[in-house]
This record gives sequence, structure tokens and C-alpha cells, in this order.
Amino acid sequence: MLLIKKLTEAYGVSGDEYGVRDLLREELTPYAERIETDTIGNLYVKKGIGKKPRIMVAAHMDEIGLMVVGFESNGLLQVKTVGGMDERVLVSKPVVVGNNHVPGVIGAKAIHLQKPHERKKPLEIEQLYVDIGVKSKEEAEKLVKIGDYVAFMASTHEIGENCLIGKAMDNRVGCAILAELVKIDFNLELTAVFTVQEEIGLRGATVAAYNVHPDFGLVLEGTTASDVAGVEDTGYVTKLGGGPAISFMDSSFIAPRKVVDFIVDIAKKLDIPFQLRRLTTAGTDAGAISQAHAGIPSAVISMPCRYIHSPASVISLADYENTLRLAKGVLQAIAEGGLSLEGIA
Amino acid sequence: MKELLKKLSETYGPAGREDKIRQVIQDEVKNYVDEVFTDPMGNLYAVKKGKGTKIMVAAHMDEIGIIVTYIDKHGFLRFSNVGGVSPQILLGQRVTFGNGVVGSIGVEKLDDIKKLTLEKLYLDIGAKNKAEAEKLVKIGDIATYDREATVMGTRMIGKAMDNRAGCAVVIQALRELKETENEIYAVFTTQEEVGLRGSRTSSYRINPDLGLAVDVTLVGDTPEPPQLNVALGKGAAIKVKDASVICHPKIKAMLSELAAKHSIPVQLEVMTAGGTDAGAIHLTRKGVPSGVISVPCRYVHTPVEMVDLEDMANASRLLTAFLSSPVKMQEAFPCALD
Repeated sequence: MLLIKKLTEAYGVSGDEYGVRDLLREELTPYAERIETDTIGNLYVKKGIGKKPRIMVAAHMDEIGLMVVGFESNGLLQVKTVGGMDERVLVSKPVVVGNNHVPGVIGAKAIHLQKPHERKKPLEIEQLYVDIGVKSKEEAEKLVKIGDYVAFMASTHEIGENCLIGKAMDNRVGCAILAELVKIDFNLELTAVFTVQEEIGLRGATVAAYNVHPDFGLVLEGTTASDVAGVEDTGYVTKLGGGPAISFMDSSFIAPRKVVDFIVDIAKKLDIPFQLRRLTTAGTDAGAISQAHAGIPSAVISMPCRYIHSPASVISLADYENTLRLAKGVLQAIAEGGLSLEGIA
Repeated sequence: MKELLKKLSETYGPAGREDKIRQVIQDEVKNYVDEVFTDPMGNLYAVKKGKGTKIMVAAHMDEIGIIVTYIDKHGFLRFSNVGGVSPQILLGQRVTFGNGVVGSIGVEKLDDIKKLTLEKLYLDIGAKNKAEAEKLVKIGDIATYDREATVMGTRMIGKAMDNRAGCAVVIQALRELKETENEIYAVFTTQEEVGLRGSRTSSYRINPDLGLAVDVTLVGDTPEPPQLNVALGKGAAIKVKDASVICHPKIKAMLSELAAKHSIPVQLEVMTAGGTDAGAIHLTRKGVPSGVISVPCRYVHTPVEMVDLEDMANASRLLTAFLSSPVKMQEAFPCALD
């Protein structure tokens, strides 16, 4: 609980993940045989070096956000999105800007000043700005540089029946679960990779999979929970509280049926509630891992997140526990030789 | 080639589920090559050993399909697309899962046909309820068009001509290929329809000197057609470019010269959209000079794709000539950076 709170409250927009990386490095150094980073910023934590098979488990550290691209003469900051941002969630959200975490808010023309037709349309990024409470461009330039990242500012709380609300659940939940896995001993070579720049095109995982060259890749993710108003149950991707979601296909990756069945069987054997992720769009790091070298068999286990890509995502702590149990079960089963990597396709 | 293409066309093999088509192709090629093997992405490699230039020839064996995402309490299935499947074409089709289960594509009540989307369609496999449906099909299972291939004159009509026509061309060339100093890696690739995925990993593995893809291409010879130069029955097409690759000018020239030398009818193909395995191959490692031989095809990504068997014979002759020709890499492809 403490770890997921710390991880979600840390800042790490794509390309600027050092806050999350530093936290994880500090947390995991006591457990690692080797811990290192690469030129793009991935964090590698290795255990069981030299054992077989070699398994890479990846969770991306980055979150979506904004970037400062210019200044208005009155000191407001012009911004663009980084990653798959729903621009409709932006207005009036508190943010921090740059490495010094300058506080601000995403502003827009107040409703009183909007013309009737303007009120009917969601605000676009060009109509939004970040207000850091200064009066001039010169003052703003003392605090912020062009290219500085803007991240949502939100603290993480428990709500309702065993739920957690906060920002960046996608994918600090995966990071937290992967950190817990690192603390367990498995009879295999484990490289836990906390990847960067997933939200802008699986870029960290592309480099990491090449570096690690594993026999098998497992990705831990946060995914859309769409059991909400206005969505027919035929269109649910996953359900909050329904347990970990296993992917059979997304826009970056088709899971080998054998691997999906292997994970489903483990869930059934361990009596872990699970669901299949019923959306075939959006990508994950598995898209990059499965395409590395001459091809690497891979799988994705994700945790349902409501209001994903917003500063107020909701997860179920029961899903968290069950996702951890399933991921652990999968690694144990692989260590015991349960997954034959021959003829996997 | 007629019987071969009919067999390949009718075999089940959507992207990510190429087991059956891989087995059929393996049986067709194994007696004509030195080695066959597969890899984690499911690609099938057929190798003719040699000491000369290492040439990779890729023909993707996957086809488009639909993937089950949901089973409702009445036993109806909802699905998403695997590759470029359009709801307009799917409506009213019969599809198969490759395990004997077939189904009809139905549509919810629509007040306007323009509102037809994949979400409005469902698949009916004759099950009376969810439990019955789940005995036949699992979420994540993939179906393809269910369609026999028929010959009309020199033309064949059926599903998955994209790209079983290309597979047949490569198989035919492997059978006809005489002794050559080149080392030939024919790869029947997977998951081309979802993003050139099999060719990306197989070309990394092979690390070839030259790459050649064999795939179908669109035509501009039908009523009110798009502006395309390629026509059915006018010969094999030599690709100039598409959205995934600008073919290496030297390979293009080599193919054109061989066609002239052997009197093989060819046409030049310029596509503004679409992609093929050469898109992945030419960007492998330090870059691989790559080209494409295309088979003209009408009605691509429908169950009534049409190819001309003479175009395929010509494509196969051109491919055989290319694979037989010694290539002096240093002369033909001097590295500009050296």
C-alpha cells in the first residue's frame, strides 16, 4: 500500500521518469544481484543471473502529461500533450511544472466569458494554458523553461470498499507489482525492467528487450476498466474488481494461444479470479518485446483502472493482490518448467 | 499452380493462428529444399543452402479475420477485427474458426446503413445459449471467411488470395529452382496483416544480403477505379513504392532486366498506401536492399479476391530468374559510407 502510494504520487511523464526510477532503485537495491540503467532510462533489476530460462518482466514507469512549448506575454504557459491525453480532462486540474515542481493549474476562459457555442464544445489544447501565478513572461521564464514537463498533481487515497484513487495508476500499479515480485526468489533468471516512454510508442521496451534478449517476456500493465455508465456490457474491456486481465490481442501484439491458456490454467489452479481483456486496440510493451531479435514469446497481465489517463483513476486493491498472485504463479510455473517454449506459436 | 493455390486459399490461417496453413506449406516445400524450421513468431523457413549471396524471400501466409471478444447469454458472439476487415464486407458472410465451427454474421437493427460499424455486427454460431457457445468457441479465437476457391478461365476467385497467391508463387519458384550459388531463405511469414511482425523478426534472424517480398497488389482496371497502373492479366508487378518501402532502385532494375531477358510480361506498381513485408525487411539491422514482386489482385480483403493464374506463373518465373542469378554484392550495392 505504501509503495503504490509513493509510486503514484511521484512524477514521471514520458521521457522524464527519474522520480519514479529513483524511488524504485532505492526500494529494490537490497534485493538485486545487479541493478543498472541504460541510455534511454530503463531500470534493470537482475536476480538469478545465469539460471535458465531468462525471463523479462516489464512495467512502464512513465505517465502521460504535458510539455511547455511557449509563453504568453502575461506569464501563462503554452503546452502540448505527451502521450494519449483526453484533452477534456485537462481543464482546472492542478499540475507541477519542471524539475523544481513549480505548482500551477490548467486554466481556460471562465464559463461567464464563453459564448454559447463555445460551451458546447470541449476545450482543445490550444485554448488551454498552465497558470503558475506569475504576471509576466519574464517572471515565468525565471521558473520554467521551454521543454519542461507538466504532470498532474494528485495525492493517492483509499476510498470506498478497498479501492484506491490517484493519478498514474497506469502504470505504477504494474511497477508496484513488479517491485513485489523482485522481492520473491524464483528459480530462474529474472530481469525486472521498469521501462520508459511506453505512452509515446513502447520506446523503452524496444531497447530493453534487445538488451535483455529473454526467452520469455511478461508485461504488467494498467488497462481500461469500462464497467461504467454509458457502456453496454458487450463493450466492457475489463471490470473493476474482476481480477487480473489477460490479453489475447491488442494493436501491438497477438498473444500465442498457448501462452494465454497457460496463464488461464494457472489462475484456475490457484483459484484467482481473472478476466480476458476484451479490447483489441491500444498497445503495450509486449508489442515491442515480442518483436525483438528473432521474436520473443510474450504475455500481458493487466489490472483494471477506471478513469485511466486521468488524475483520478480508481483501482481495486483486491485486483492488485490477485494480479500479484497471478504474476507470481506464472513465474513459479515457468521456473518449474511448466511453459514449454518450443513451438510456442 | 491451380490446385496448389486452391488448397492454400481454402486453408484456415488468420494472423496469429497460422498453424494449419504453415503445416500445408511445409508439406508442399519440404522435398524441394535442404532445411525447414519455424520460430517463436510462427514463421516457416525453407532454406536452399549455398555459398553465395544470402537472399530472403518473404511471402506472408496469414490472412485477415475477426477475433471473439464477448459471448452474450443467448450465445451470440461479438468480435473485433484482425487486420483490415470492413463491416460492409463482413455483413452477410459465413465465417469459420478452423475447428469446424462456422457462423453467420448478423447485424443489429439499423435505421441507416451508413451507421454500420463492427460494433453493430455479431456472429451467430447456432448456439442456443452462452454455455453452448462456450463449448464451441473461446474468447480470443479467430475466424476467417469461409469460402471455396473457384476457377473462372485463367482466374481464380476466393478468400485469402492475399497472400496465398504470393505463397504459391514462392513454392512454385522453389520447385523450379535449379542449382544456384545463392543461399535462399524462403520465409512464409506470420502477422503481416497486423503490422509486418513475422518478417521483422525473421529478417533479423536471417540477416540477409538482399530481401524480396512476394505479395498481392491492388489494381486500377475495374469500373470507376482508383488511379493505379496495374491491371489483372498484364503480368507480374514490380513494386516501385508503397507506404512501407521505397524499393531499392538496383533491385527494381535487376528485376526489369531479367523480365526483358526472359520475355516475362511485367508492369510497374506505384502505391500510395498499404505495406508489405519488404517494409520491415529493408529496415532490419544496418538496412537490407529490398524489392517486391507483386501479384495483381482485385477485391483485396474480401472473400471474392480475384487473381490471374498467368500473372502468378509470370511472377514465379521472374522470382526463379532472380534467385538463380549470381549477385556481386560489392559491385551491385557499393556502400556509400565506405
